[in-house]
Amino acid sequence: MKETEKTFLKKSRKIKNNPWSVVYACLVYIFLYMPIAVVIAFSFNTSRMNVVFEGFTFDWYISMWSNTLLMQAFKNTLIVAFVSTLLSTFLGTLCAVGLNRFEFKLKSLISTSLYIPIVIPELVFAIAMLILFTSVNISMNMATLIISHVTFSMPFVVITVRSRMAGFDKSIEEAAHDLGANELHTFTRVILPMIAPGVLSGAMLALTLSLDDVVVSFFTAGPDSQTLPLRILSMVKKGVSPDVNALSTLIIIGSVLLLVSTTLIQNKLEKEG
Amino acid sequence: MNSENVIVRLNEVEKEFDGVKVVKKLSLDIKEGEFLTLLGPSGCGKTTTLRMIAGFSEATSGEIMLEGVDVSGLKPNERNVNTVFQNYALFPHMNVEDNIAFGLVEKKVPKAEIKERVSEMIKLVQLEGLEKRKPAQMSGGQKQRVAIARALINKPRVLLLDEPLGALDLKLRKQMQLELKHLQQKLGITFVYVTHDQEEALTMSDRIAVMHEGVMEQIGTPDEVYNHPKTKFVASFVGESNILESYVRSVDGDLLHIDLEAGKAALHAKGFGVEEMIYICVRPENVKLSETPVEHFSIRGKVIEHIFAGSVVKTEVELLTGQILKVASHPNDDHVEVGKRVYVHWRPKDAIIVHTVEEQIYNVIEQTTEKLYKEMEGVDEGED
Ligand SMILES: Nc1ncnc2c1ncn2[C@@H]1O[C@H](COP(=O)(O)OP(=O)(O)O)[C@@H](O)[C@H]1O
Ligand SMILES: [Mg+2]
Repeated sequence: MKETEKTFLKKSRKIKNNPWSVVYACLVYIFLYMPIAVVIAFSFNTSRMNVVFEGFTFDWYISMWSNTLLMQAFKNTLIVAFVSTLLSTFLGTLCAVGLNRFEFKLKSLISTSLYIPIVIPELVFAIAMLILFTSVNISMNMATLIISHVTFSMPFVVITVRSRMAGFDKSIEEAAHDLGANELHTFTRVILPMIAPGVLSGAMLALTLSLDDVVVSFFTAGPDSQTLPLRILSMVKKGVSPDVNALSTLIIIGSVLLLVSTTLIQNKLEKEG
Repeated sequence: MNSENVIVRLNEVEKEFDGVKVVKKLSLDIKEGEFLTLLGPSGCGKTTTLRMIAGFSEATSGEIMLEGVDVSGLKPNERNVNTVFQNYALFPHMNVEDNIAFGLVEKKVPKAEIKERVSEMIKLVQLEGLEKRKPAQMSGGQKQRVAIARALINKPRVLLLDEPLGALDLKLRKQMQLELKHLQQKLGITFVYVTHDQEEALTMSDRIAVMHEGVMEQIGTPDEVYNHPKTKFVASFVGESNILESYVRSVDGDLLHIDLEAGKAALHAKGFGVEEMIYICVRPENVKLSETPVEHFSIRGKVIEHIFAGSVVKTEVELLTGQILKVASHPNDDHVEVGKRVYVHWRPKDAIIVHTVEEQIYNVIEQTTEKLYKEMEGVDEGED
């Protein structure tokens, strides 16, 4: 036992000391982060063209706030992401708890069909939503956009919450009942704290999915509810202005902060759980 | 039995899952303050019975009374009983204190009182110093104590325990058996205890209900169940036993002379007629070996092996018919050499008659008619 541990440690140290492995790791990171680095770099570029770096400036960080189209799109994106994340987390958690709790006919059919929005091509899903809305004479607006986002992100919440619950002893719920808790308290005092890390990762997934969605939004957003990705897409032909780079940089910083804080919260929950 | 101190009464309780009866016509009176064990092999319906008393599942038919009140339709939290679950079922996100306090918080007991009662409980189950631990940071034995404290703090009239020691190692299990028994005696709470371990049942219980395939075959004190098993199953499940088929040859007062395949034997019993077929049970410690024939007995065999198992020596004797007889004796006794021929006998009062064949045939007939009835009912319904 000790022998193997030692040799294992030696081996892992060897890997660390191997210069090629360091080079390899660096290449991977460069490959992953180069595009992001480029965006950040060009957000400080004095030239309007994203081709050569001419000089350093903060101008774009100021001018972007007066780009009303861009700001409106950014606002829409935040509203849609926030509302659809809340809805899909709420519905998805309820769905997962219900599927875990009850036995009923067609249960396996229902739980399998939850995967459909995940596996079918996004384009097909988007067109399906479009056809659905137009066939009942609903014109595209913020609500249709949010509904569509909830539809494709909710299954991810269900999956993360269910996998969190899969290992739980069912008698824990019964114990809560036995000790006098009603359904509501059983949920709030026992089930919810236990599944909280799963709910949080589900919510994060839903949020990212909604934030950067292009295909579904393209078909289901109304003229008044263009999101940031759609706005940028429409700018591509004329050339993307550097204030988009500036806004993107801010979004990247925001995302990193969000990721770090949720990881911290999750670690805390895990320790408590 | 005085009906006043019956705290749990099961009256012809049955439970069906998908048309299969897993508990059959179970009638049982549990007295206040007693330690009653439901004993039986895995799958015989012990947990199902316990869950019906707790209120987690409803009986298909029959009635369950707690403190004289029919509890059908009452939720678990409306019954004055608490359960200690098989796998502890502690709340993983709460520490020891919060786990134990759970029931009192639900009852909205004042905070100061909760604090006091929780620390009392922690003392009672000897968990001082672990108040802030989470379940994941505790050993099986410690978790078990938390589970027991969490249930007891609600001052239930009856505590239901489903194989609470099943996951512990042997030594800890023995220790916890005694502790639980002492706890029960100290608190005077009725315990309904489920186990498949007959030794555990014999050690801890005031009374044991032996279950087999959903039927309660016998209920009695450990002494009654061990020394006077009523059925073949009880005789073979509780303790080691030799079960032998025999015919009554002649009756001499209360001495029954019987013929076994392997030879003649005798035992004390009343109410049996000549030619009647009976099963007898003889405990290994009651089987004696001698090198000379003994009055009334003519069973011969050969010693196959001695196994020294600490406080007893287990001997196997092969009868002329090929049947193996289990014999237990004290290590200090003289032991017949392996391979030697011996005469087998026992004191006539040490053999017990278990479940005669007539009864068994009767049972089979009863079950078959019941089945036929059901099928006929099914046909009728089909025609409607
Ligand atoms: N919820 C259920 N659905 C179907 N069958 C069940 C259910 N619970 C128990 N059973 C069956 O009932 C029988 C008795 O089970 P149980 O009471 O758990 O036995 P024990 O606790 O004595 O081991 C078993 O055959 C088991 O498969
Ligand atoms: Mg069981």
